[in-house]
Amino acid sequence: MDHQPPPFFKRGPAPLAQLSFYAALSMALIFVDSRFQTLELLRQGVSLITRPVQQFAHTPVRAIDNAGVYLSDITRMEQENARLKRMQLEASDTVLRTRQLEVENERLRKLLDVKQRQNGNGRVAQVLHAARDPFSRKVIVDKGLQDKIVAGQPVVDELGVVGQVTRVFPFVSEITLITDKDQAVPVQVVRNGLRSVVFGLGDGRLELRFMPANADVEVGDDLVTSGLDGIFLAGTPVAKVVEIERDASYSFARIYCAPVAGVENFGEVMVMDPKETVVIPAELIPESGNGAGKGKGAAKPVPKKRRLKEE
Amino acid sequence: MQPTFSSSRILLPVRPWFIAFSLLFALVLNFLPTSAWSWVPDWVALVLIFWSIREPRRVGMGAGFLLGLAMDVADVSLLGQHALAYVLASYVASYLSRRILWFPIRLQALHVLPLLLIVQLVQFGARVMPGASLPGLDYFIGPLVAVFFWWPLTFLLLLPQYQPVSRDDNRPI
Repeated sequence: MDHQPPPFFKRGPAPLAQLSFYAALSMALIFVDSRFQTLELLRQGVSLITRPVQQFAHTPVRAIDNAGVYLSDITRMEQENARLKRMQLEASDTVLRTRQLEVENERLRKLLDVKQRQNGNGRVAQVLHAARDPFSRKVIVDKGLQDKIVAGQPVVDELGVVGQVTRVFPFVSEITLITDKDQAVPVQVVRNGLRSVVFGLGDGRLELRFMPANADVEVGDDLVTSGLDGIFLAGTPVAKVVEIERDASYSFARIYCAPVAGVENFGEVMVMDPKETVVIPAELIPESGNGAGKGKGAAKPVPKKRRLKEE
Repeated sequence: MQPTFSSSRILLPVRPWFIAFSLLFALVLNFLPTSAWSWVPDWVALVLIFWSIREPRRVGMGAGFLLGLAMDVADVSLLGQHALAYVLASYVASYLSRRILWFPIRLQALHVLPLLLIVQLVQFGARVMPGASLPGLDYFIGPLVAVFFWWPLTFLLLLPQYQPVSRDDNRPI
C-alpha cells in the first residue's frame, strides 16, 4: 500500500499542474484572439476595471501638461491667435466658394441623374495616449461605445487620413494608424488617377504595393483616398511619394510614401461617421430563378458584387 | 526570513495587503504613458518576480495571469500575451526561489535578468509569429534597465518587514 503522509503545509495544486493550466489558458486566449474576433466582450469587461486605474495613472501626467500650457508665454498665445485668425480669413474665401460649388455640383449631379456624393460628418475626439504595445501603431481616443463609435469608422485630422477605429471600449476606442503594419488604404494618384492600395510598413512609412516597375508614379505625387473600399470618403489626402526604387529584376516597383496627416502627433482627430452602405435597387438584381435564358457566366457574378457592397 | 542569507536580522512576516498594494502600484506605473521610451522596464514583471521569489506560496501564477490579462487589455495587445509571459516567469522564479535567495543581492539581479528576458521573448514570439511588425532591439533594453532596480526594489519592498532594533540590556539573548 502506497500511503503518503499528509503534507505539513497547505500548498494547493502542484506548481507544474498550475503552470500547465495557466499556460494552456493563455495560449488558448492568444490563439482565439489572433484568429477570431470573439473576445471583444471579455476585453470590454476587463477594461471596465483597468480603465479607472489607467485614468488614475494619467492624472499627474495630464496635470503637468496642463501646467505647462498655463504657464506658457501669453505673447506666444496672442501671436498664435493672430496667426489663426489670419489663416481663417485667408481660408474663408475658399470655404465660401466651396459651399457655392457644392450646391452647384449637387444640382448638376441631379440633372445628370448621378448618385449624390456623400458628405462627411463626424465627431471630434481627443487622442489620449499611444498604446504601449511596441508591436503595433495604435492610439487611444476619448470616445467610445457611449458616443456610438463603431469599429471600422475612418479617422482623419485637418491634413488627411490618420487611421481607422479597430476596437471600441465603453469609454474609449482604439485607432489603428495607417502606418501600422499591413494596414491598407485604397488610394488614387491625384496627377493621373492611377488607383492602388497603400500599406503601412510599421516603421512610420507607407508603401504603394503591386505597382508595375514602369508605373506612372513620380516622387512628390500626392495620393488621395479612392473611396472604392466603401469606408473612406473619396478625395481625402493620404500620403506623398518620397522614394521610388525601380529595379528591373523585380516585377514591382518599390514606392515609399510618407503620410500627410500628423499621424504620430497627438492632438485632436475627427472620427468620421460610417459611410452609408450602397444598396443596389431591387429592379437591377436579376432573380435567381429566371437566370436560365441569360447563361451562367452573366448571372453568377452579380450576387457576389452585391454582397461585397453591402458589407 | 532574513533580508539576505548573511544578515542576522529576522524579518517580520509579510502583510498580504502590502503585496497586493505593491502589485497594483506596479500596474499603475506600467499604465503611465511611456510608449515613447521603449527602455522603460516592465514594473509588473519585476515586482511579480520579486514576490514569486520571496513569497512563492502567496504570489504565483494565478496573480501573474490576472495581472497579465489587465496589461493585455490596457495595452491593446494580443489577449493572453502578457498573461503567458508572466505565468512562465512566475513559475521559473518560484522554482528557483530557494537557490536565488542564497546569493547576495547583486548576484540575485543576475538571476532575475534571464527571467525578465523570458517575459520579453515570450511576448515577442506570441506577436511576431502571427505577423506583427518587429519592435526593434531597444525592446530588449527594458530588462537590462530593470536589473539595476533590483537592489532599490528589494530594499523598498522589504522595508515594512524590518523590525526596529530594540536593545534590552536585561534580555538574555
